[in-house]
Amino acid sequence: MPKLIIDQQELKVEEGVTVLEAARKFGIDIPTLCYLKDLNAPAACRVCLVQVEGRPTMDPACVLAVQEGMIVQTHTPEILAARKQIIELLLSDHPFECLTCERNLNCELQRMAKRYGVRDLRLEGSRNHFPIDDLSPSVVREPDKCIRCRRCISICEYYQAVGIYRMVERSFNAVAGPAYNGSLMETPCIYCGQCITVCPTGALREQDSTSRVWEALQDPDLHVIVQTAPSIRSTIGEEFGYPVGALVTGQMVASLRRLGFDRVFDDCFGADVTVMEEAAELMERLASGGPFPQFTSCCPSWIRFCESFYPDLIDNLSEVKSPQQIFGALAKTYYAREAGIDPAKIFCVSIMPCVSKKYELLRPEMNDSGYRDVDAELSTREFAQMLFQAGIDLRKMPEEDFDSPLGSASGAGVIFGSTGGVLEAALRTVYEWLTGEELQQVEFPEVRSQEYKDAEIQMGDQRIKVAVARGTGEARRLIEALLKGEKEYHFVEIMACPSGCVGGGGQPIYIETNDWNEQVAHRSRRAGGLFEQDRQKECRKSHANPAIIKLYADFLDHPGSETAHRLLHTGYVFRKLYAPEPLPKKEHKQKVQPL
Amino acid sequence: MSTLLEELTEERIHPETTHRILICGGIPCTSLGCRKVKEAFESELSERGLTGSVPLKIVGCIGDCSLGPAAIVYPEGIVYQKLNPDHARMIVREHIIAGRVVEQLLHRDPQSEKILRQREEMPFYRQQTRLVLRNCGVISAHIEDYLKYRGYAALTRALTEMSPEQVIDEVKSAGLRGRGGGGFPTGRKWELVRAAAGDEKYVICNADEGDPGAFMDRNILEGDPHSVLEGLLIAGYAVGAQRGYIYVRAEYPTAVHHSKAAIEQAREKKLLGENILEKGYSFDIEIRIGAGAFVCGEETALISSIHGTRGDPNPRPPFPAEKGLWGKPTLINNVETLANIPLIILHGGGRFAELGTENSRGTKVFALAGKVRRTGLVEVPLGTSLRTIIYDIGGGIPGDRKFKAAQTGGPSGGCIGPELLDITMDYRSLQEAGSMIGSGGLIVMDENTCMVDIARFYLDFTQDESCGKCTPCRIGTKRALEILEKITAGKGEERDLEQLEQLALLMKNGSLCGLGRSAPNPVLSTLYRFRDEYLAHIKEHRCPAGACRALARPYIMEDKCRSCGICSRICPAAAVTGEKGVPYRIDPEKCIDCTKCYEECPFDAVTRGGPLYAEVDH
Repeated sequence: MPKLIIDQQELKVEEGVTVLEAARKFGIDIPTLCYLKDLNAPAACRVCLVQVEGRPTMDPACVLAVQEGMIVQTHTPEILAARKQIIELLLSDHPFECLTCERNLNCELQRMAKRYGVRDLRLEGSRNHFPIDDLSPSVVREPDKCIRCRRCISICEYYQAVGIYRMVERSFNAVAGPAYNGSLMETPCIYCGQCITVCPTGALREQDSTSRVWEALQDPDLHVIVQTAPSIRSTIGEEFGYPVGALVTGQMVASLRRLGFDRVFDDCFGADVTVMEEAAELMERLASGGPFPQFTSCCPSWIRFCESFYPDLIDNLSEVKSPQQIFGALAKTYYAREAGIDPAKIFCVSIMPCVSKKYELLRPEMNDSGYRDVDAELSTREFAQMLFQAGIDLRKMPEEDFDSPLGSASGAGVIFGSTGGVLEAALRTVYEWLTGEELQQVEFPEVRSQEYKDAEIQMGDQRIKVAVARGTGEARRLIEALLKGEKEYHFVEIMACPSGCVGGGGQPIYIETNDWNEQVAHRSRRAGGLFEQDRQKECRKSHANPAIIKLYADFLDHPGSETAHRLLHTGYVFRKLYAPEPLPKKEHKQKVQPL
Repeated sequence: MSTLLEELTEERIHPETTHRILICGGIPCTSLGCRKVKEAFESELSERGLTGSVPLKIVGCIGDCSLGPAAIVYPEGIVYQKLNPDHARMIVREHIIAGRVVEQLLHRDPQSEKILRQREEMPFYRQQTRLVLRNCGVISAHIEDYLKYRGYAALTRALTEMSPEQVIDEVKSAGLRGRGGGGFPTGRKWELVRAAAGDEKYVICNADEGDPGAFMDRNILEGDPHSVLEGLLIAGYAVGAQRGYIYVRAEYPTAVHHSKAAIEQAREKKLLGENILEKGYSFDIEIRIGAGAFVCGEETALISSIHGTRGDPNPRPPFPAEKGLWGKPTLINNVETLANIPLIILHGGGRFAELGTENSRGTKVFALAGKVRRTGLVEVPLGTSLRTIIYDIGGGIPGDRKFKAAQTGGPSGGCIGPELLDITMDYRSLQEAGSMIGSGGLIVMDENTCMVDIARFYLDFTQDESCGKCTPCRIGTKRALEILEKITAGKGEERDLEQLEQLALLMKNGSLCGLGRSAPNPVLSTLYRFRDEYLAHIKEHRCPAGACRALARPYIMEDKCRSCGICSRICPAAAVTGEKGVPYRIDPEKCIDCTKCYEECPFDAVTRGGPLYAEVDH
């Protein structure tokens, strides 16, 4: 236990901690900008400079390991002046567009300027002007706002194991970006949007879809329907001051009606259908012997990852569409028929925790209803933005119910929003179908975890081996183990984001901590609300959901039926890295009949 | 008792009596056409049937660049200067065949008018102590030549007679300090790497020489690569490494080529590879070519570059000695440092320590350049005075203009003024004077050099070479450069100086690596020592040295004007008037600052740094 003195206070800390951690533990908050504990510590921004007695220059507290007898000053006038100067330098190469910036009032640079009382800008000079990259369907890069913290590089490289970003150019023009500072569209970016959630400024953001939705809502000819993803009900509250993980399903439904949507549906219904189809597919694979494992296919970023980096495994991907696309396809066929509305007039909006869904709905093959199945996607943040614009305060909303027929879902559909949820939901159905017995204990605690988890579940005379991974970095490790034959599974759930959809790239941005593990923990706390709603639900199994039973009886016939195949199943493509967008795989498309 | 230099010279008493011709292959000589000269020598020798019997080689730089293209004919050691192909043929006919020295091609000292035949007679060489450069210009880069001069004898000695600890002790007793810029004690560094935990260790020769004007490392690798290889082998033995790297920039093709060839030759002689000299020591060397980013000379950036990633520096600690290349303990030494090692092992650390001053032992190679008569690589014992280097070795400033400043240490160093002309060139004195030895750049400036412009020049370099990782360096150098550009354009304000100083101190205190921390040195040292020049630019909109074009203000100095009238005739604005017997005068209201009169005046009576319009008495 080394002893050191920080600002005249003698402290004892554990071996190996940094001066920053030691100081924070004792209530002195040394500021940081680039630092994200356990993920990114390049010591690049230099706002955490401190003075250690006997050292010739100041040192960054974020990487300086504590040593026995160290005497540290953290806020002498010289240090404060240096920090302020560094912030001024950053501001001198930053566009002053705070009022029109998406991250206004939620920006770490802005906070830092306020905290250090930067009043006049003594350092003016030329600024960098990079083109805005808004070509990708999901992520917009505005490099002029980049402060070179490198968090996007680290999260993409180390957490997601994708590695799209690097520093490009050098000296004053050095900036984080994809190869040659080109467009993300030209890269194998999986559009998970995790870079957006860690960006301290507005240099990264999602493609805006709010104006398109506002337009649709204003169009009297359109029948505008909305589906809300499972996780939204437990995350939108954060934007309105609710505690983390607060369940606001009723208020959310009410607010959407007030925004002007003609019907408010629940994407958990789509999730229930996904379970039916995916469980049927697994049964089929179990009967025919594979190929195993069957990977879930709800997450478009994971799909893109698999297509790009492990194209040989695309036959292992479940061919069932994601809940968003299933919902869209059903909305423009089944719902249109039931409600007697011309599907051409239906405008289908989805509210998702995701930026990748913006890309998914644009995939060329996602038009099995005869129309674009889903017309626009809003992230949780965009949804909140629309509520703010409309002056709708979620806290003042009454609790209302979803519309039918696409609004009633089982608890299994709700937990789709958390990591492990898709797997658990499927297990509830597979168990009963496989064994023919009623599941006594519907919860599978063995697959609920915030860390990589695998389990073996006895179903009748079969032992089903399952695993859950979140984050494509973890997925990559899992796949490598599979390829080496170290692991063997029947069914694997993979979500691209930490904690699953509750930690998605479209969720509210949380900048109150610069500890990455703390951020992940914050995200998983959001899942609490979903499990709570699952417990409250009378029906907790997809195949027992009366609305689902009715859907199959009236429209789809049975899981894996021809109609189901045509509308709810899809195919995948072999993606060459850094190559133009490929066409969908031919042979699979042949299965799909035109309407 | 003889000195180390004498001992070395002793080794050079050639038994040979036949002729051989060495052509300087340094950069200036190459640019001036030494290859054509070599071809002429070759064809003339072959016409005379002498091919093979008179060895002809291009060697590393022989030193004084003002002689180029130059050649030395042994065994007499006659230096021929400023050669062209015809001269080469003449040398073969006259000297080689007829045995008559070609007088007209010899060097004549401009001051004493004396003809100087050999290097030893020339003042440029006479006062040098060429230890590291001992083989440059004397032997070719081939291992056979090196072996003739006790090459690899130090390695043999280390492997047969000394334990690794003894080798380290020898280097420590020599008091050798890093020659690349940092000046860290070499023996101490070796000790740290030896003590670091782990069996897998690396040694790297840092040949990423990047200071503008400095080329000693290039010269050593081109002229005497085996001395570096030998140093690297001994270092590897001392610290317990199995593999060495030479990190050399791609802009040095000859150095790359010679290093590669040297490695091949050493492998053939089994001086590299498994079980060297059958002493159970295995070591091999690979070359890694850098893409020319200045920052890659910084240890951690160099390691990033060898890893195959962007050459960005990383925070230290952890130091490379604990966690370096591939995460293993790594020793990084500069070329010149390593070239000293064989000498120390062979002759003993004590002999080495006789040279230099208390805190700075041995010699240092300086790249002498700028406003000085003789330029080139100058090796002197540390502690030699600046005056000796500039006036005795360099021959003083052309036109006998006044010495204004010397910039030492390249872009990381600072400027020292005339009051410090007698400063001893060693680590401590230079640091105390706000500069540094650095890698050995030494640029002499006279009264026509503008110190603000010099600060701007160096900052322009470091700004461009910043990797852009940390804020103080990425934006700080840019903003400081903008301020300097403003001042040299005559648009500066007084508060800019305060701003500039604050920025410079922030960079010095807060940057991530040595590049950013030392980048402000040229600014700070000129700001402290030549503040009046800054103020002249700002307050009077005048560049006293007349170097800043935007502020050029032609002015005729009355005492120098001989009323020849040339200025008046060539002035496109008819601003110069005068008559016989009276000094001419420029009407500032008509003058368009084209500086034509400045360029054309035969008596140097026009200065560009004239006083302010308001101050001119008219």
